[in-house]
Amino acid sequence: MRIGILYSRVRRDEKLLLEELRDRGHDVEKIDVRKQRFGLESTTANVADLDIVVDRCLSTSRSLYATKFLDSYGVPVVNSPETGDVCADKAKNSLALAEADVPTPATEVAFTKEAAMEAIESFGYPCVLKPVVGSWGRLMAKIDTRSAAEAILEHKETLGHYEHKVFYVQEFVDKPGRDIRVVAVDGEPIAAMTRSSDHWLTNAAKGGTTAEFEIDDRALDLVERASDAVGGGMLGIDLMEVGGEDSGEYTVHEVNHTVEFKALTEASEVDVPARVVDWLETKAEAFAADAAGSDGDAIDADAEDADAEDADAEDAADEVVL
Amino acid sequence: MTTETDPVLAEDPITGEEIELPADVEVGEIIDSPVTGTELEVISLDPVTLEEAPELEEDWGE
Repeated sequence: MRIGILYSRVRRDEKLLLEELRDRGHDVEKIDVRKQRFGLESTTANVADLDIVVDRCLSTSRSLYATKFLDSYGVPVVNSPETGDVCADKAKNSLALAEADVPTPATEVAFTKEAAMEAIESFGYPCVLKPVVGSWGRLMAKIDTRSAAEAILEHKETLGHYEHKVFYVQEFVDKPGRDIRVVAVDGEPIAAMTRSSDHWLTNAAKGGTTAEFEIDDRALDLVERASDAVGGGMLGIDLMEVGGEDSGEYTVHEVNHTVEFKALTEASEVDVPARVVDWLETKAEAFAADAAGSDGDAIDADAEDADAEDADAEDAADEVVL
Repeated sequence: MTTETDPVLAEDPITGEEIELPADVEVGEIIDSPVTGTELEVISLDPVTLEEAPELEEDWGE
């Protein structure tokens, strides 16, 4: 297959993916989005005849626009721009999960520091303030007191990009020193790990230690539903245990659309890149089958049109005869 | 003659020192300079050239 990979930085994750793709004999087209232009009808990127393109852009904004443009040209791309749009924004992410009845932490969004302060006070202390766009646990604030809340809100309002004035306030979930990351493809888990830390932020990027996690039926169900809620794809679904470790009850706090899997590869026995490439091959085949089906439909429609024209001609001839 | 397992040598753009890169180095890959710890991006492979990698931006992540 000819498989494209959108990137702007080759991390260990992309290297693992490239290695697996090449080992299987796929023709890989690396597309550095920083060097390309995207027009309304075409792009400088060499996307002709690609069976599928996988988005591995490190930058969320580039990821969203590049996938949107490729999708508009009819290039099969994963994850879809629709999935990216929901996952890239924590507010949209929370709404999608809630709309799908997936348990997710109580959340409020406010647009002024006064309204945000009211939201914080209504949650009580501690609660959490997050940027709507961001990753790796950056700029997350656990707010323990009113005076801390006042200071953080003032800083965000004064110093931040306009998106920092979208105040995303969330209940603090007292997790048991760890959360759970599941990497799944269209709702089917590839592998899962716990991320543990003494700090309230347990992200691997923040130095959390990882260990393989065995997914139970409840988590399995939530992963599938969370994936559906955001439109499916290759996703990193983050869960917290509610009511203590091994309680079997979870809340889903986030779904990530350009998921990193390096840490999971190290924590798990599963060959994650191999499973990802299995899925890419399946998706490419499905896209090709859909395209062939659409062509078939178009041919059928053309044939129907031709039949109708023939019938009209016959009617016209009949009219002449008559 | 080089082989796939031979280390690749390139000039550190900050210090000018010659540094060793993995044999399977990729264009776009980020290397930590063994001299300064600075993140360096692989710009080309033939010859191997490095530049200081872009600074982390706010929308980077997963």
